Amino acid sequence: MAVDHLFAAGVNFGSLPAQVVNGILIGSLYALIALGYTMVYGVLRLINFAHGEVYMLGAYTALFVSWLIYGNQVAPVHTFWWALPTMLLASMTVSALVGVILERFAYRPLRNEPRIASLITAIGLSLLLQFGGQLFLPVAPPPNINAKVNPYSDSMTFYLKPPAKPLADKASSLEAEATATEKAYNEALSGVPSGEEPGPTVTALRNNYFEARNAYEEAKGAAANSGVSVTIPKGQLIMFVVTMFLMAILRHLVMFTKQGRAMRAVSHDFDSASLMGINVNSTVTFTFILGSALAGAGAMMSATFISGVKIDTFYGLLPGVKAFVAAVLGGIGNIPGAVLGGLLMGVAESLVIWVGWGDYKDAVAFLILIGVLMFRPGGLLGSAKVEKV
Amino acid sequence: MGLAEEVRGLSQAVLTLDKATIRFGGLFAVRDVSFSIQSGDLFGLIGPNGAGKTTCFNLITGVYKPTAGVVKFGDTVLNGQAPNRICEMGIARTFQNIRLFSSMSALENVVVAGSLRQKSSFISALSYLPSAIKETGEIRARALELLKVMDLEDIADVRSCDLPYGKQRRLEIARAMATDPTLLLLDEPAAGMNPQESEQLMRTVRRIRDEFGKTVLLIEHDMKFVMNLCERIVVLDHGVEIASGGPAEIRNNPKVIEAYLGEAV
Repeated sequence: MAVDHLFAAGVNFGSLPAQVVNGILIGSLYALIALGYTMVYGVLRLINFAHGEVYMLGAYTALFVSWLIYGNQVAPVHTFWWALPTMLLASMTVSALVGVILERFAYRPLRNEPRIASLITAIGLSLLLQFGGQLFLPVAPPPNINAKVNPYSDSMTFYLKPPAKPLADKASSLEAEATATEKAYNEALSGVPSGEEPGPTVTALRNNYFEARNAYEEAKGAAANSGVSVTIPKGQLIMFVVTMFLMAILRHLVMFTKQGRAMRAVSHDFDSASLMGINVNSTVTFTFILGSALAGAGAMMSATFISGVKIDTFYGLLPGVKAFVAAVLGGIGNIPGAVLGGLLMGVAESLVIWVGWGDYKDAVAFLILIGVLMFRPGGLLGSAKVEKV
Repeated sequence: MGLAEEVRGLSQAVLTLDKATIRFGGLFAVRDVSFSIQSGDLFGLIGPNGAGKTTCFNLITGVYKPTAGVVKFGDTVLNGQAPNRICEMGIARTFQNIRLFSSMSALENVVVAGSLRQKSSFISALSYLPSAIKETGEIRARALELLKVMDLEDIADVRSCDLPYGKQRRLEIARAMATDPTLLLLDEPAAGMNPQESEQLMRTVRRIRDEFGKTVLLIEHDMKFVMNLCERIVVLDHGVEIASGGPAEIRNNPKVIEAYLGEAV
């Protein structure tokens, strides 16, 4: 995942803000997936373990649509502005559809059976899609969405504490010198007829330029180190913004629309909701549509905006498990809890990397799970049910 | 059932049970129960514990499907209809053991039920279409109105699980009323209320009938409540109908007295 390139050698307090920001960015992705777990749990009291696979299929959809638009594995000559939104919508739609199909044909027939039946079915579906998917989906070599599809692969640097003024001034004056010597060298080089060795004057100009550039790079590095900065790939920033936007829509939907109210009512009491005229089946379908579409959006964005990601049928496994833990951490069934849990989860992972235990970053999810189950089984925002005697 | 009543039943019965029966395994919970409720009735369903009163409610509202017999709402057969469909047709109920949406506020509880008749889709609600905003406003206003009727307007924003028992009971009635039913089923509405509260509830139920034109079918253990409020009563015992008629008839019916084991009825 995104944090792979951020292995910190030892604890460096200057890089703490960067790691926290990184954790929040990746955490927003976990939160997006966790919402699906928590909403489905809310209405059905079911952990939809196949949710990670809905996410995986969303990533594949984004891949296929990118192939449709730009052709298979060919670097696009130019990018279309509508390509990314199309991929996003396609992933959301396909994921929503997959979620609805899973609910209709796998979970609904078991709704009145003991809950363990649905749970085992969910695990079975998850394995079926992971391994069965290999028969139909391209897995070897694992494909990835062409980096050229993402025009936002460069980074932005924000300074929390600006670089020391003298160092910055020195760097900018050296930059001017580097530019000047480069220009002189290039001019001299263009005067040399093709096929001939450049003369000693040109070589001297070249050495001048290289020296000036090295000095500039060094000064630039020193200036940068004197400040505290956060560097964010633009794509991940977009991912964060879109995620927040989707969550805002979700909140509005759940709080203020008829279907949202129905969802909340069903999550309180299945039977009395249906006796108040709420169609439980369509409410459950609606819940799966929402949760799965969010997972699809997350999948498209992580597969597109995080560099070097390979897609295979296990693409949803780890994010799925982590998002599940995030949902439990926040209090499963609780929507703000899932968001909080996801963000905390991302930050926890980043901090583990920050202290230099990057190899264990995937284990931190399980440590958190154990901790929550031991000390606060209801989760941070959830309320543990107290049995009244 | 007298002939006159039967003729009336054929013409404008709101609800008709015709030999309604439900069996769980070998046990008849309700057996061959027949009665019909006319528009505007205040109808009581009484009987000792375990007589099958709540089961009757469950048959009517679609929670259970009758094993035999017919439940009709107007001319529509309800057998096998989903509970939410039946509620949409115009039957709403409260519960013996309170089943509010516990962490929602009182107002929200009523708004949820009031959303049943909402027409605007979630897309128009999301995009702040004026019609959707207006409709949401109307549902809220109507919900507040109902809270006022049930004398609950001061606790509109209190979480329903934090309310005292009597208010929760009244809130359940307000919630059921919000679905705009033709027939309102109340399952032990006065349970756990003190005499003053139940006196007030009696007035409210009458008002629901008189002002809002609802037909009311209620289950109640408080005999004073039933006898003073209901105009017609059916008595069940062990799933079987043992008597029906006006309060005076029921009070003096030996079978009823026997069923209640000498309790003064």
